[in-house]
Amino acid sequence: MTDTSIPQSAPEATQDFSIKDCALIAIATGHSALTVKELRNSLLTISADSIYYHFWGGLLHPRFEEREYNNDFAAWAWYGLHDGALAERLAVVDPTEFDSLEAIRHELVEIVEERLDEKECLAWMGATSPFEFIRSQIVVFDTRKKTTAPAELAALLPTISASSIFYHFIDARRRLAHHGDDFSFWLSSFNGRYQGLCDKLDAIDPYFGSLTQLKKQLVGLFQEQFAKEAV
Amino acid sequence: MTNLLESYADIAGQDVINHLRQLSEPLRGMKVVHVNSTRIGGGVAEILGKLVPLMQDLSIDTSWEVLEGNEEFYQCTKGMHNALQGNHTQIADHLLGTYEQVNRDNAERLRDKLEDADFVFIHDPQPAPFLLNCPNRRGKWIWRCHIDVSRPFRPVWKYLRRFVREYDASIFSLAGFAQTLPHPQYIIPPSIDPLSEKNMELPEDDVRAVFTDFNLDPGRPLLVQVSRFDRFKDPLGVIRAYRLVKKFVPGQQLVLAGGGATDDPEGKIVLHEVREAAAGDPDIHVQSLPPDSNRTINALQRAADIVLQKSVREGFGLTVTEAMWKGKPVIGGNTGGIRLQVINFNTGFLVNTPEGAALRIRYLLHQPEKMHEMGNKAKEFVRENFLLTRHLREYLTLILSLHYGSTDRIELG
Repeated sequence: MTDTSIPQSAPEATQDFSIKDCALIAIATGHSALTVKELRNSLLTISADSIYYHFWGGLLHPRFEEREYNNDFAAWAWYGLHDGALAERLAVVDPTEFDSLEAIRHELVEIVEERLDEKECLAWMGATSPFEFIRSQIVVFDTRKKTTAPAELAALLPTISASSIFYHFIDARRRLAHHGDDFSFWLSSFNGRYQGLCDKLDAIDPYFGSLTQLKKQLVGLFQEQFAKEAV
Repeated sequence: MTNLLESYADIAGQDVINHLRQLSEPLRGMKVVHVNSTRIGGGVAEILGKLVPLMQDLSIDTSWEVLEGNEEFYQCTKGMHNALQGNHTQIADHLLGTYEQVNRDNAERLRDKLEDADFVFIHDPQPAPFLLNCPNRRGKWIWRCHIDVSRPFRPVWKYLRRFVREYDASIFSLAGFAQTLPHPQYIIPPSIDPLSEKNMELPEDDVRAVFTDFNLDPGRPLLVQVSRFDRFKDPLGVIRAYRLVKKFVPGQQLVLAGGGATDDPEGKIVLHEVREAAAGDPDIHVQSLPPDSNRTINALQRAADIVLQKSVREGFGLTVTEAMWKGKPVIGGNTGGIRLQVINFNTGFLVNTPEGAALRIRYLLHQPEKMHEMGNKAKEFVRENFLLTRHLREYLTLILSLHYGSTDRIELG
């Protein structure tokens, strides 16, 4: 898997910002869990790509309007197992707080084991539907749209695809050392001039809306910034 | 710039079309062949009918070949289909012999083309043995399974698996359908074509005409299930649900309409059973439609108040997607791909029994504003997730993924 501690493919400071796009494809791992114990056992061995997919991949795949939980593990704990406590604890895991997917794996296992200690019957109690572990492959390509000025980026944003938003705003969290997004990373190279915008971008919680809603939010923030500058 | 692809921009968005163009650039000129067992009837033929020209539009040299079988062959593959969906159906040795012979004969006919292709997509079990009959193949071969194989009858799956395991990859509609196989198993749900005759917008007159054509009363509630006459679609369960509702909503009307496919010899028997069950009730309309009835089906789905798809096994359930695209709430069987589309209280209801279907029909007929709200949500859900453009994007991504290797991240120049 990709080492998450090494920045990859991020737009370099003071350079052009190249708009990239991506497509994600889901692949079955052959692992599934019907009990919390099976979930724990699979979490120990499943590929890190699968953990990535179950936190982020959902944004690019069929789901209904709003996500109640920010990751598939928490959603399954509630909808499959009807265990509210486990669902809530798993939902608190913020993947950007961890240095690597391995660290996220350990945190998930900790939470699951803690819950198994609290409620023994969870070791054998079956869920109404199994948790299917899925991994993904991401194909990244250059759209040949690029910009040298943040105001140009503001004009480009409404024209880019939802999957470009995924690449630059969600996937970047896995690629960049500080787990931020590509836009903030690039804007921060302008000697603090866009710090206010960067702060607003950092404050967006991307997990609960659709990519279309996220794009609207980003477009709004950029337009607000550059409308102000134009005055 | 091509017109076919551009014609989807108004519905799916220009950014989606641009995305497809960019994704397909590295694949220009590559030879792709799809093989299935029927050109008319059923979801697979419908998808290929549009997917293939769209891939050609993206300058991918794509063709579609159809296996030619005989009565014994289709008897075998229907049994195989039923067994893979969970029926304990033993298949006689002589039928399996015919199955393998038909595959050898067809592979012989198509061998040069298949062995020369960069990518070959074999759809469903019917042509699965093609691969073993093309020993000099140079491309990647993908087995695309459109049916619900979550709990197959093991002896039949074991037989089929020896053909499937040799492929470079397989595709299933849901993660829960994946099997133990020694190659990557991609998860790609199918899709509908919003511009096809079956799904395009229709003039109001066309919708009104079905009331006359089917002898229906436009002033009374209309329930519709559009499906092949197949036991897995549970048409008898739909009639039972209708009867349970009848005492609460005596004015309701039910249409069970379906076509046949050339590879489904059981359809006539099931149709006869359904007609017998419906006999004596003038408000149950059982219609066997010819294969070219797409416009009629479109109008029927638009005329319905509620669409049912009470399947007990379902690969995906494209009729569910079609109904949702027309802004209808769907009451669907809690199985297979229907679960991916029908979200309780949002786009319709999932049910496990005729009794469950009856309960939800009563609920919706008493809350017309809910029907309207769910229908609107259903349409948007399809726009985001189940249109042909998304399906094409995932096929292109899969081809790129197989072409450039198996790393989790592929960066194209």
